[in-house]
Amino acid sequence: MKIAFTTKGTEWDSKMDPRFGRTEFFVVYDEETKELSFVDNKDVENEAHGAGPKAAQKLSELKANVLITGNGPGGNAATVLQKLGTDCYIGAGNMSIKEAYDAFKSGSLQKF
Amino acid sequence: MKEIVVISGKGGTGKTSITASFAVLGDRDVVIADCDVDAADMHILLQPENAQSEDFYSGELAVIDQDICTQCGKCFDVCRFEAIDVSNGIHTVDELSCEGCGYCARVCPVDAITNIPLNVGKWHIANTRFNQPFVHAKLGIGADNSGKLVAHVKNMAKEIAEKYNRPYILVDGSPGVGCPVVSSLSGAHFVVLVTEPTVSGLHDLKRVYELVHKFHIKAGCIINKSDINMNKTNEILKFLKEEDIIHLASLPYDENFTKAMTDCKTVVELKDNKLKDILTQSWEKIKKLA
Amino acid sequence: MKIAIASGKGGTGKTTLSTNLASFLSQTNKVVLTDLDVEEPNSGLFLKSKLIHQEDKYKMIPEWNKTDCTLCGNCQDVCNYHAVIKIVDMIMVFPELCHSCYACSELCPTNSLPMKKQKIGELKQYKTDNFNFIESRLNIGEEQAVPLIKQTLDYVDKKFPDDNIYKLYDSPPGTSCPVIEATKDADFIILITEPTPFGLNDVILAIETMKELKKDFGVVINRYGIGNKDIDKYCAENNIPILAKIPNLRAIAELYSKGELLWNKIPEVKEELQKVQDFIIKLKKTTK
Repeated sequence: MKIAFTTKGTEWDSKMDPRFGRTEFFVVYDEETKELSFVDNKDVENEAHGAGPKAAQKLSELKANVLITGNGPGGNAATVLQKLGTDCYIGAGNMSIKEAYDAFKSGSLQKF
Repeated sequence: MKEIVVISGKGGTGKTSITASFAVLGDRDVVIADCDVDAADMHILLQPENAQSEDFYSGELAVIDQDICTQCGKCFDVCRFEAIDVSNGIHTVDELSCEGCGYCARVCPVDAITNIPLNVGKWHIANTRFNQPFVHAKLGIGADNSGKLVAHVKNMAKEIAEKYNRPYILVDGSPGVGCPVVSSLSGAHFVVLVTEPTVSGLHDLKRVYELVHKFHIKAGCIINKSDINMNKTNEILKFLKEEDIIHLASLPYDENFTKAMTDCKTVVELKDNKLKDILTQSWEKIKKLA
Repeated sequence: MKIAIASGKGGTGKTTLSTNLASFLSQTNKVVLTDLDVEEPNSGLFLKSKLIHQEDKYKMIPEWNKTDCTLCGNCQDVCNYHAVIKIVDMIMVFPELCHSCYACSELCPTNSLPMKKQKIGELKQYKTDNFNFIESRLNIGEEQAVPLIKQTLDYVDKKFPDDNIYKLYDSPPGTSCPVIEATKDADFIILITEPTPFGLNDVILAIETMKELKKDFGVVINRYGIGNKDIDKYCAENNIPILAKIPNLRAIAELYSKGELLWNKIPEVKEELQKVQDFIIKLKKTTK
C-alpha cells in the first residue's frame, strides 16, 4: 500500500503538517519497496484561492491509497479525495511522520 | 491551544469592544488576531506597537504595455468584467474592475498584456499595550476580500501561540456571511456570537448561525443591550435553546460601554461596573467550553 | 438621481437612514429603494410591503461534458483560480472558486466546458404604500457578493429608467469590492457614521474610498451626543458637508429594535431628514 502524509519535512522524524491544502510537503511511503519519497507543495501555500483542489491534484499524481493528515481537508479537497478513492485519516497533526504511521497501523487514527 | 472566534453577522452589535475586553481579561494567555481586515478597529482599544509589517499580495492585475499594443480590441472582446477601457482608441485596464483572471493576456496577439501581483494590503505583528502578541491587517481600498488575508492573519497568530505557548487565540471575526467570515471560522474551537435584541439583530444572527452550523463548531451567544427590548431578547433566547447554542450572557444597555470606547479603553478597565463582572464571568465560561 | 447610503463601519445606521429617508422622501417625490447588502439585507424588516415580483439570480459556471473531451488540460492551465482541475481521467469544477471569466469554456478546443447557470440568490421587488423596494439575498455558502449586486443594479436600471425618480441604495458596510460595486455609479454618496473613535476611523476609510472613486459625498452623524466631537472637527477641516445629525435617543433605539420606522413618531428625526431631503433636492436641480 502507498501511504501519503501532509508534512513539514521529508524524513521519518520530520513533523507532520496539520493542514492539507497548504501543507509544505506530501511525503509518500511505499510499503512494498519500503521507499520514502516526497513532493514539494510550497507553491500552493501562496495561492489566494483553490489551494485544496490544487494540492489534491498533486496528491493524485502520487497514487496513494491512504492519506494521513491533521485537521482534514476542506470541502473542495475532500470532494477530490472522494473521487480519487483515497481514504483519509486525521488527528496526526502534532506527530512526527514515524509516529503518525505507527498510529495509523495500530488503528488509533480517526477516519475522516 | 484553543481558537475562539467572535462574530456577529450584523455590524454594530459590540463585537470588537467585547473581543477587546476578553483580550484584556485574557492577559498572558492570549494571542489576538484582528480578522476584520476591511474595517479593523481593535487597534483603537489595544493600541498595538507594530514590531513587523509586511505587504500582502493576492490576485493579479492585468497591465497593457502601450508601446506594444496594436489596439486590436481582443482584450475588450473577452473581458467579462468591463475592465478594459477604450478611450480615443487607447486600451487601458480599469484597476478597480479587473479581477485578475488572465484571459486578456492569453488572447493578446502581440503579448502586450502582463499580469502583475497585486498588493492588496499590509499585515502587522505587534504588541498590545498589555504586551500581548497582536496580529492585524488592513486591506487596501476596493480590494478583493477573499479571505486569504484573514487566513494569513490567523496562521501568523497560530504560529506565535505555538511558539510562546499561549493557550488561546482570540479572533475578532469579520461581519457578514461571505468569504472572510468563512475564513475566520475555519479551525475555530468555539464561536462567540454577539447580537442585539432587535429585528435586524435576530435576523442576521440566524443567517450567520447557518454558517457556524455547517462547520459544526460549538457556539455561545452574548446578547448586548439586552434590556432595550425584552420581547426580542426572549425571542433570541428561544432561538438559542432550539439550536443548542449556549447563552453566555446578557449585557444590559450601559453608557459605560461607549464611554470606555470613546476613551480608547475597554469597558473592563473601568472601575467596578456591572458589565465588567458579566464579561469576566463570560470569559471564564468560554475558556471552559472551548 | 442615484444616491447610495454607505459607511465604513457596520451598525452605524445605513439601513435606518435608507428606510426612513425613502419613506419620508416618497411622501412628496417618486422613490425606489434598493437593498444591496446582499449578505445581510435588513431594509425589508422595517417596511410594510407587498411582494410583487421575484426572480432567481444566477452566475455562470462551466460544466464538464466528457463526450468530446481529450483531457488536454488546457482548462486547468487557463484558470487563475484553480476552479478547474484535471484529476486522473476527469475534469472537476469548483463553483465557489469560479469567477465566471469564461476563459476555460471559450478556450477549450473541443467545447467540453459549456457555461451553465448556477443559482446564487434571489431578487425580490416589493411595493409599500408610496414606493418600490428591491432586495437581493445571497445564498448562504455563496461567497461572492459582487455578481449579485451587479445584477440587482442592472434590474433597477431597467425597471426604473426615469431619471426623475430618486433611487436610494442601501450599500454593504466596509470598503472592499461589494461596496465599490454598490457605489461606483451613484451620483452622490451619503456616509453615515457615529461620533466615536471607531466611527471616525471607519468613516475616514470610507472617505478615502469615495475619493479614490472620485465621488461626491456628504456625512450624516448618527447617535449624535455620544462619544466626542472629533468627527465634526474632521469634516470642518476637510470641507466635508455634514447633512444631518440624528440625536442619540433611547426612544429611537426602542423603535428600531421593534423594526419600526422613526420619522413619523420622533420629531427630531423628521427634522433631520428634512435637511437631507432639502440637500438632495437642491443637488438634483444643480446636477441638471
